[in-house]
Order: sequence, then C-alpha cells, then structure tokens
Amino acid sequence: MYRGQSGMWAWLLHRVTGVAILLFLLVHIVDITILGFGPTVYNNALLVFSLPFVRVVSLGLIAAVLYHSFNGVRITLIDFWPKGAKYQQPMWIGVLLLTIVGFLAMGYYIMLPVFQGCPNHLCG
Amino acid sequence: MATATRVTEADRDTQTVTLTVRIKRTQPDEGIVGKWQEFRVEASPLDRFLDVLNKIKWTQDGTLTYRRSCAHGVCGSDAMRINGHNRLACKILVADLGTKISAEPMLGYPVIRDLVVDMDPFFAKYEKIKPYLINDEPPPATERLQSPAQRERYDQGTKCILCGACTGSCPSVWANREWVGPHSIVNAHRFIFDSRDRGASERLQILADRTGVWRCRTIFNCAEVCPRGIPVTELIEDVKRAIVYGSPDVPTD
Repeated sequence: MYRGQSGMWAWLLHRVTGVAILLFLLVHIVDITILGFGPTVYNNALLVFSLPFVRVVSLGLIAAVLYHSFNGVRITLIDFWPKGAKYQQPMWIGVLLLTIVGFLAMGYYIMLPVFQGCPNHLCG
Repeated sequence: MATATRVTEADRDTQTVTLTVRIKRTQPDEGIVGKWQEFRVEASPLDRFLDVLNKIKWTQDGTLTYRRSCAHGVCGSDAMRINGHNRLACKILVADLGTKISAEPMLGYPVIRDLVVDMDPFFAKYEKIKPYLINDEPPPATERLQSPAQRERYDQGTKCILCGACTGSCPSVWANREWVGPHSIVNAHRFIFDSRDRGASERLQILADRTGVWRCRTIFNCAEVCPRGIPVTELIEDVKRAIVYGSPDVPTD
C-alpha cells in the first residue's frame, strides 16, 4: 500500500467513477433499445427507475457523473492552464464541494417521491 | 499502515525513544522475499532514519542491506518507502516519523536485496531522453549567454538528484514499467527549456511516443515525494504543452 496524497485519490476516484458511468451506459443502451417495442412497453419498462431501490442506485450514478465531470474540468485545467498543476489541490477541493452541492440538490428531487409515498407517476 | 505516535517538542533534544522498526526483507539467497522483520532500536528524535538503519545494521543484524553514500540528501542513494511514502532515509528525522516506523523498498523497481532496488532500468530511461546539451552551432567567443529569465525557465529541473523517489511513487510506472517515468521528463525539461539547447524537437519526439509524457495521469505523488521540492507534475505538464503547441515556451530574452 502506497500512501499517496490527495491527487492520487482524485485520480483513483476519477477512474472508478469512469468505470461506473460506463456500466450505467450499458444499462442506458438497454433501456433506450426498449423504445423499439413501442411507447407502452417503453413507459412500463422505465417504471423500474422509479423503484425506491433503483432511486438509491441512481444517487450513486449522480455522484459519479458529477464528480467525473467536475474533475474532468480540473484535469483539463491542469493540462492547458499553465498554473493548473500548481493549483490542483484547491481545485480538487472545489470539485468535491461542487459534487456535494450538486448531489444534495439532485438527490433531493430523486428521493422526494419516495418520502412522499409516491415513487412513480402512476400512483398520483 | 503504521500508526505514528508523535514525539513531543520536549522529547526532541533530551530524550531517547524506543522505536519499533518494521523492515520488509528480501534475501534471495536465503529464499526470503518481502518478509517483514521487526527491530527495536533506541534513537534520539533528532536522528535521521538512516542513523536508525545504521544502528540496526551495526549492532543487530549485519545482513540488513540498503544503499547510502553521502548521507546528506545530495547523492540520492537512499530513497525508500518509509511509513508508506518515498523518502530519503538521510533527510527524514525520527521526530517526524513517530515511534512505529516501517521501511520498504520503493515500488516500481525490481528488488535486489532488502531495501536495495535495481536502478538500471531507471537510468536506461534517463539516458533515452538525451540528458545533455545538444548544440552543434560554432561556440561563440564568450560563454553561451543567458538572461536571468532564460536561466530561471529550466531551474527546477536542475535540482534533480536522480534518487528515483518520484518514479517509485507513480502509479503509471507501477502499471507499465516501459514508461519513461517522471525523472526522465524532469531531466528532459531541464534541456528542452534551456535557451542554449537545440535538441528540443528531438526530445519532444521521444516523449510524444506512447511510452512518453501521455502516460502521466497527473496524480501528483511524484511532486509530493521529491526530496528536492521539484514540482515534477508541473514540469511534465510544461512538456505536454510543448508537444501540443509544437515548441517549448522559452523566453527569447
């Protein structure tokens, strides 16, 4: 085990979230393919995303997407902004803060229907 | 992972502390590969870790093997993984390590014996980037003059002592030992950004290769461990930009 500094965790997290997003992409390809079976089948299939359990999984997806995109901007700045490498650590703290703020805001709307006892649009 | 107990300010000058030092031993002729051995050593908080290793070797186990030469942080011989970080044993004080200390050979290098790693591939990569002045123009009557700004441009790279701490801390090196590694790029930077040098395009071509700069994932472990304080990743990024933009941004005067 090597005890790296924050940049190592930033990189590792970027890799892990990248793989997680790729796995979701496969799920996404499957759900979009269902569109070929007509609107009724598609709408019913998509109800799976309203299940409380799947909503919790979606929280993970959101965290991964937010982190990966904000950190992607950080990496781009490190590469193209001459002072980027110097400020990588404060930028990483910024990435984490933006991720947390974005996660809380989006997570609220994802989980709200569960707490209201109406996880999908059919029960209303 | 060793839990470090801090030695207090009051202990520093007067007291000796009993250290528990765990060392990852490799003795190929004995068939020992990567086996932890524990030593208990009396040391002053102001001893350097190299002094502790010397005490073990001289009073407890003469077979303990490690490299050291100048013992003053200049030759770069005794880079090793101390408490999980690559450090020079001669530059780190016991007071900064706590009473439980672990020492391992650096990652990314073949281990020869105990804390000694094979540096041959490291130097082969270093030579690959042509670490010398390339300039076939007829020498001027005076020295090849430089402005302070031109000298400043490559200053960071001149500090490298080739200890290998950066390269041993780099996950890209652990994953691919063919990669030139941060040390080569730092030393390439030292000449690429030297206004007297004419070999920049030659070196940039070598570093634009698939085993060149692009395997740097900006992880920054190298910059953290450099015992000379070289901002290694910043220099690597300079070289990346020089490749992308076609030439290094060297001050003209």
